[in-house]
Amino acid sequence: MTSTLELKEDKMLKVQFVGDDDVLNHILDREGGPKIKKDRAQLLVNTQKIIKKPENELEEDDQEVLKDQNYVEVLGQDVQESLKNGSATDGGNKVYPFQNRKHPEKMAKLASELAKTPGKSVSLNKNDPEITIDIPQCSKGHSASDKSQLKNNDKSEFLSTAPRGLRKRLIVPRSHSDSESEYSASNSEDDEGVAQEYEEDTNEDILSQKIQAQNRVVSAPVCRGTPSKKMKRKKTSHLVEEYFEAHSSSKVLTSDRTLQKLKRAKLDQQTLHNLLSKVSPSFSAELKQLNQQHEQLFHKWMLQLHLGFNIVLYGLGSKRNLLERFRTTMLQDCIHIVINGFFPGISVKSILNSVTEVLDHMGTFRSVLDQLEWITNKFKEDSSLELFLLIHNLDSQMLRGDKSQQIIGQLSSLRNIYLIASIDHLNAPLMWDHAKQSLYNWLWYETTTYSHYTEETSYENSLLVKQSGSLPLSSLIHVLRSLTPNARGIFRLLIKYQLDNQDNPSYTGLCFQDFYQQCREAFLVNSDLTLRAQLTEFRDHKLIRTKKGTDGVEYLLIPVDNGILTDFLEKEEEEL
Amino acid sequence: MTTSNKSRCCYQSENVYCTEDYFSKGKNASEDSKLRFETYQLIWQQMKSETERLQEELNKNLFDSLIEFLQTSHSGLWKNSEDWSSEIKLREIPTAALILGVNVTDHDLTLRSLTEVLQNNVTPYVVSLQAKDCPDMKHFLQKLVSQLMDCKVDVQSKEKESVQVIQKNVHYSMDSLSAWYMSVTQKTDPKMPRKKRTFSSQWHSPPVVLILKDMESFTTKVLQDFIIISSQHLHEFPLILIFGIATSPVVIHRLLPHAVSSLLCIELFQSLSCKEHLTTVLDKLLLTTQFPFKLSEKVLQILTNIFLYHDFSIQNFIKGLQLSLLEHFYSQPLSVLCCNLPEAKRRTHFLSANQCENIRQKYIFSISCKRVGEETQSLLENLHVYHTNYFLVLRCLHQFTSFLPKYPLGRQIRELYCMCLEKNIWDSEEYASVLQLLRLLAKDELMAMLQNCFKVFQSSSAKELGNTAKKIEEFLAQFQSLDAETKEEEDTSQSQSKGLQKTDLYHLQKSLLEMKELRSTSKRQTKFEVLREQVVSFVDSLVREYLLPPDTQPLHETLYFSSAHTLRQHLNAAPRIALHTALNNPYYYLKNEALRSEEGCIPNVAPDICIAYKLHLECSRLINLVDWSEAFATVVTAAEKMDANSVTSEERNEVIHARFIRAVSELELLGFIKPTKQKTDHVARLTWGGC
Repeated sequence: MTSTLELKEDKMLKVQFVGDDDVLNHILDREGGPKIKKDRAQLLVNTQKIIKKPENELEEDDQEVLKDQNYVEVLGQDVQESLKNGSATDGGNKVYPFQNRKHPEKMAKLASELAKTPGKSVSLNKNDPEITIDIPQCSKGHSASDKSQLKNNDKSEFLSTAPRGLRKRLIVPRSHSDSESEYSASNSEDDEGVAQEYEEDTNEDILSQKIQAQNRVVSAPVCRGTPSKKMKRKKTSHLVEEYFEAHSSSKVLTSDRTLQKLKRAKLDQQTLHNLLSKVSPSFSAELKQLNQQHEQLFHKWMLQLHLGFNIVLYGLGSKRNLLERFRTTMLQDCIHIVINGFFPGISVKSILNSVTEVLDHMGTFRSVLDQLEWITNKFKEDSSLELFLLIHNLDSQMLRGDKSQQIIGQLSSLRNIYLIASIDHLNAPLMWDHAKQSLYNWLWYETTTYSHYTEETSYENSLLVKQSGSLPLSSLIHVLRSLTPNARGIFRLLIKYQLDNQDNPSYTGLCFQDFYQQCREAFLVNSDLTLRAQLTEFRDHKLIRTKKGTDGVEYLLIPVDNGILTDFLEKEEEEL
Repeated sequence: MTTSNKSRCCYQSENVYCTEDYFSKGKNASEDSKLRFETYQLIWQQMKSETERLQEELNKNLFDSLIEFLQTSHSGLWKNSEDWSSEIKLREIPTAALILGVNVTDHDLTLRSLTEVLQNNVTPYVVSLQAKDCPDMKHFLQKLVSQLMDCKVDVQSKEKESVQVIQKNVHYSMDSLSAWYMSVTQKTDPKMPRKKRTFSSQWHSPPVVLILKDMESFTTKVLQDFIIISSQHLHEFPLILIFGIATSPVVIHRLLPHAVSSLLCIELFQSLSCKEHLTTVLDKLLLTTQFPFKLSEKVLQILTNIFLYHDFSIQNFIKGLQLSLLEHFYSQPLSVLCCNLPEAKRRTHFLSANQCENIRQKYIFSISCKRVGEETQSLLENLHVYHTNYFLVLRCLHQFTSFLPKYPLGRQIRELYCMCLEKNIWDSEEYASVLQLLRLLAKDELMAMLQNCFKVFQSSSAKELGNTAKKIEEFLAQFQSLDAETKEEEDTSQSQSKGLQKTDLYHLQKSLLEMKELRSTSKRQTKFEVLREQVVSFVDSLVREYLLPPDTQPLHETLYFSSAHTLRQHLNAAPRIALHTALNNPYYYLKNEALRSEEGCIPNVAPDICIAYKLHLECSRLINLVDWSEAFATVVTAAEKMDANSVTSEERNEVIHARFIRAVSELELLGFIKPTKQKTDHVARLTWGGC
């Protein structure tokens, strides 16, 4: 029995054969462990493969059966998906369906699917490893797991065996009753034992069902085009079950790969910006046309603002430039205030402050409400006063609070304050209840611009952008070099302890007493005073952080990414 | 990267444009845009004042009964009666539970006008509090006192302002409040201006009315404490509570334990339901020739749907009406003729050549350009007459249909109106069933309906339908005369039956068979049935003649606003769907052939964020960034291959990685994902569909 990569053997450099015993071993090993990759979706159309090589050996075929089964199972989802990708303007249930099980490998699969978009021939480039992997995969319709298998040799075994575990679970209920077909993929561990029992005697069944399944696969594309009624009904009847199944376990199955292993350093804002400037923008003509459409509305906006409506812009893409153009073309001669809501330091207070500043008010207010009242009175007294408020990202972190929205709403409900704002967040409209909505008196305008949120995201603590405050590996090493061997030992103890606990979500740090004990045992310190002195030095270098726990005990924590710490330890050991 | 400053202000206060200019500077600037804008403002002002008047009228009943309650509630307080029952009553705070309905947005307006009315009629001391201002007792009293002081200032001149400022920092308690009340009432009584005396003479001193705008959202504790304390002080501080309740009166007992609620003497007041408001507003604004502006079927449907399914808010409905009015005048060049008839006729003389040509081509192409003006006048007149008749007949039909079982044409006149606007009503199945049901009506029902119709026709002064009124009168008379006839008929039939008495079995059988045959073959209609048939066909003929859908009328576009799509977009937007569409199907916005794809697929040349989004849809609750980035790179490299870039692969990879970072952080901004600590280098998906 071999892995599924047989066909690629001649082309690919790394093909791993996995023996039968190994496969079995893996299954047994994994029974207790997390149920990773259990139900891998085989969304891709595997028909070609089946049709091309029906004479493959049994194990291969078994896998096919399982793939077909999965395929049909997925089809249920697909009905939903094809609907939700459908015409633009229908209901929300299509946009955001209930939670259901998603399959870890689906993304990679889709990626390869997308990469080979029909009509666009992809030339084969031997120099690029990624492409050489991709191409055969695309043409043969192999699963994405194969790809990762090639990339991460250490994982390949486990990936290729995963389907087998699943297959067994699939088989069991089928052998009981054929009618249950595609939804039989149970996730409970209990099936496992039974599955093994049944494996032998169901082989024949599989053969017969294989044919059946093939038939289904052939007819599947048709189903996808026009989802049959039966399918749909099944879908809804299982919707509830799926929902609870999806919520039953808190375990999420994803691969364990980290960016560290990818050896791709975090970029800082500046390099990111530089890199992105190299990218030539696509569809500029269309984008320009979109923008022109929006710009034609400027006069209308002004009119509607003057008539007591406020305007909110929504849609994908940064609306900053659009509002900025609106400002420069229409508001040159009016009093206006531009508020960048995405700015992390913004608050309602600062908005009100800038309003009072414009109104030439000196002095302070006791509370925000007082300030609001003063502004209200001011505007009521002087009807000639007009003020335009432009708020970028009204839904930003700082402004989305209930109180803030209430105050801005009250401000905007004043007759001579004209508010034009943009929202971006998916759930932004949830900020407003009926009362607030009537305060705002919104007119909604869809302004999809597709422009990048450059400014808006630059303040965000983005996931992949290096935060300036954190400590990189080099500086860690640098600082540690300057310390005494004992101090280094102390620090290493702490690192090790932290790494040991990295999977513990409630880990708050190493308590001082324990730490002292450990240090003593390692002959690193002789009294807790020396340890404290050492810790002070660490703290000055921002190497550690102390926190008082609920019980009053001091906890020590290294505020550095665990990955960096691992790297650091590796480097240290190399040196030793 | 430029760092943008927090806010930018511009201090030039010169206002060059006025609102009007924005109207005319729009995309379709034409000569008469100024006129159009003025017409818009005129009509809108009229409509607005009309709705305000209507609101007032509708609330009048409620307010009157409330005032009566308030006036009587404290009268017992000052009669020094030793009666035991009044002693008990002394401890109870008079409370009016005002059930306002779920349309929270309209409450403010209602309560504001209530405050006004009360201040004019009952007492100067009217305070309204909102739950969000009163998180605890201290704030509650603080608000109460400061607002009471303000009331005071209204009555007196502002001389006491300095005193007030000092008082603001005083510790508030019920004691100080009642002391203040005593001082104020005693001090002001002699000083009070003449007209204010009217109500202060009515009672010893005016009560203090406290309106709790949203009773449900107050904290139980605050409410309880306040009620207990103030009931202790009731003899020196005559308080009356008004609870604004959105749900049901049960909520009082749910919020307050029996010990507390027994301190209240509650009386229930129910405001008119918002649906009735809507009916009145529609009736007075749209189903009338008073305002020339009309809504097309789709628009009306959208507005009523927003009302019925979203908020029940009259205010929002009016807002929608305003928007459609504005849109109509803004986008329809012929809307200049949308004003009252004489004015519209006058305006036909000043139509531009373009407009003339437009009208001529559409309706009266056989006529030379010069006579277009006159012809338009007659068309306008026709349209006006059409509307007058239309609404009369519509009301008449509504009289007939609104009492039928199961309401085939709707219970409300707005439903009927919508149907009639949409198409020829007589082609619909519902209409056929209505006619059938009408043919089954009993006489007294039919007569009641006819009488109602008669009233409808009489109320109008339209000449055309004067005959109709007469006809209905005739029908009524005939029905009445029918009464007498039927009696006679019965007599004759009785005499006939008498003649049949002496027969043997054979003859009886024979005669019975004869009678049966007679009944089945000819089924002779009674006179009533004939008359009923006549009435039904009369109604049918009326409908067929006058209830033509408006789009059959020439120049209807001058009066009817039909762009339902715009209205929906601006009032009832769906940002999430827009976002999803933009991400999922960029071709919808960017009309580039390269982006065209079959359903559910996305071409790999699509914007980065679309690709990242599409990939993330396949993930469960957590997304591994490495996997994601690799998948992203796969797609993007495949797309770029075609360009045959000469850049080295390492650099390109870096650029792709940067693009990925950008896409991910944009998705984070949009709220699709968020960073998570659950697992290293993972993000959590925030939308459903994953787990």
